[in-house]
Amino acid sequence: MIKYEKTKGLTDKLTHYCPGCTHGIIHKVVGEVLEELNLMDTAIGVASVGCSVFSYEYFNCDMQQAPHGRACATATGIKRVMPDNPVFTYQGDGDLASIGIAETIHAANRGENITVIFVNNAIYGMTGGQMAPTTLPGQKTTTSQSGRNPALQGNPILISEIFSQIKGAAYVERVMMTSPQNYRKVKAAVKKAFTYQMEKRGFTIVEILSTCPVNWGMEPIDAMKWVESDMVKYFPLGVYKDVAK
Amino acid sequence: MSKQLLKGNHAIALAAIKAGVDAYFGYPITPQNEVPEYLSKLLPEHGKAFVQAESEIAAINMVYGAAGCGKRAMTSSSSVGIALKQEGISYLCGSELPCLIVSVMRAGPGLGGIQPSQADYYQATRGGGNGDYHVIVFAPESIQEMINLVKEGFDIADIYRNPVMILADGLIGQMMEAVDIDAPYNKRDVPPKDFGTTGLKNHVGRRNNINSLYLDAASLEVHNRDLEAKYQRVKDNETKYEMIQTDDAEIVIVAYGSVARIARSAIESLRKLGIKIGMIRPISLWPFPYKAFDELKPSVKRILVSEMSLGQMLDDVKIGVKGRWPIAFYGRTGGMVPDPEEIHNAVINYERWTVK
Repeated sequence: MIKYEKTKGLTDKLTHYCPGCTHGIIHKVVGEVLEELNLMDTAIGVASVGCSVFSYEYFNCDMQQAPHGRACATATGIKRVMPDNPVFTYQGDGDLASIGIAETIHAANRGENITVIFVNNAIYGMTGGQMAPTTLPGQKTTTSQSGRNPALQGNPILISEIFSQIKGAAYVERVMMTSPQNYRKVKAAVKKAFTYQMEKRGFTIVEILSTCPVNWGMEPIDAMKWVESDMVKYFPLGVYKDVAK
Repeated sequence: MSKQLLKGNHAIALAAIKAGVDAYFGYPITPQNEVPEYLSKLLPEHGKAFVQAESEIAAINMVYGAAGCGKRAMTSSSSVGIALKQEGISYLCGSELPCLIVSVMRAGPGLGGIQPSQADYYQATRGGGNGDYHVIVFAPESIQEMINLVKEGFDIADIYRNPVMILADGLIGQMMEAVDIDAPYNKRDVPPKDFGTTGLKNHVGRRNNINSLYLDAASLEVHNRDLEAKYQRVKDNETKYEMIQTDDAEIVIVAYGSVARIARSAIESLRKLGIKIGMIRPISLWPFPYKAFDELKPSVKRILVSEMSLGQMLDDVKIGVKGRWPIAFYGRTGGMVPDPEEIHNAVINYERWTVK
């Protein structure tokens, strides 16, 4: 008889995430992958600044909490002295795509054997709903109250597309966390990224479109629909780079 | 025991290797480039990590990651670059991670210049990072002393789980001296690094977290009080200074690093004139050797501070002097280096330089 069990890849700590937020499910995916690939005993994770800052309390492995945007630099420092341990970062769009884009690009360019879990919810959640580099045109946030105006505030930055151009990147995929079917796709992408890392193929990044119902001002179900109807138009899903192909 | 002619920056690199450094992360900046250049060759030969980072910010955060794994990690930079590292230095202190930071000072402010300076005394001892933290700062006056402080600095960092900074200047970094890289130094017993994120299998039953976040104010106050107690232990045990010819001195120069070296020549020439002069040479700038002033003899009548700045250590001297003696200050800035005659003349014309 198959019964549901919580993954051992997560601790028993209750998460602080808002109702309807997909961070919890994405944590679960990472935890399951760590467990299924038997990496929990050796993995070293890097928490970033933003909603996911407390991920160091949730992943059941050794963790470091990095300054805002610096997760990939911290992960580089870890990986260079612990080359055989799986090293991953868990970062949001403000942390990775804004303040930390230099650290992330250069880690990829050096081909650092690390896995980046990039949670793109198009907004700054932790600080209360400010505009992110991935905020959609017209999207209202507390710092783009009439909607993001590309003429003044630019357009959503396309991380997967950018990283697909970097030679050191071994695997780049964009997925979305909106349904059981997509959950499986997210998990397959994360698993592939960690597998490539253990095969020392290079830098791997999985961009996961996710929801922030509270700061978007939507019901959770509507938030998921909005990802599928609006976000994917700007952020097309797919495998952007795979060195095995 | 054999001596070799070594450039200051090369000596830093060699001493770090001798101290068992596991990883170096840095970004090029004059006048310390020989450190990463030399280590980029040496470290891979020793099976250790070297990364030329994309920025000083990235470099200090790589240090954070490697130090968080319990490894000996270091970075080096100069003034402008150290400014960029301040965020990471605060995190290292908050997360209680040991590392060695070498700052080879150049002139500022802003892009300033590349000539020697001591204008980053505040930056080193007060810091620009956030929060109640301290970096342990040592300022060598010679390349041999720098070699020994690099080695002991790694030990002290490990003992207190806190960054140690070697504060040199362009003069010490760029000059060559005959040194013994294996000379005896104050080697210390260091504790095991059981805090490191090395994977659960290496510390079964305990997850290791490297972290400085305490959202609960009461918990953060407890953490900061613990840091305070640690910093007190550093003050009690690691304050370093040299008293030079102070036994009969009526005038006492206070100078560190290159300027102390230059002042030694001035003391020699002034003594020949029958002027009873000596020097307090702070070696640890944080903790500052305030107690050195309490050791001065009743013969002391006045103090002269000399720095390659507009007067930064001067503040600490005032704290140490506690109004007991008049203070004069003679400084050069912008990359200008005082020669012994200038310091000699500053003593002769003391009144001109008196600090009001």
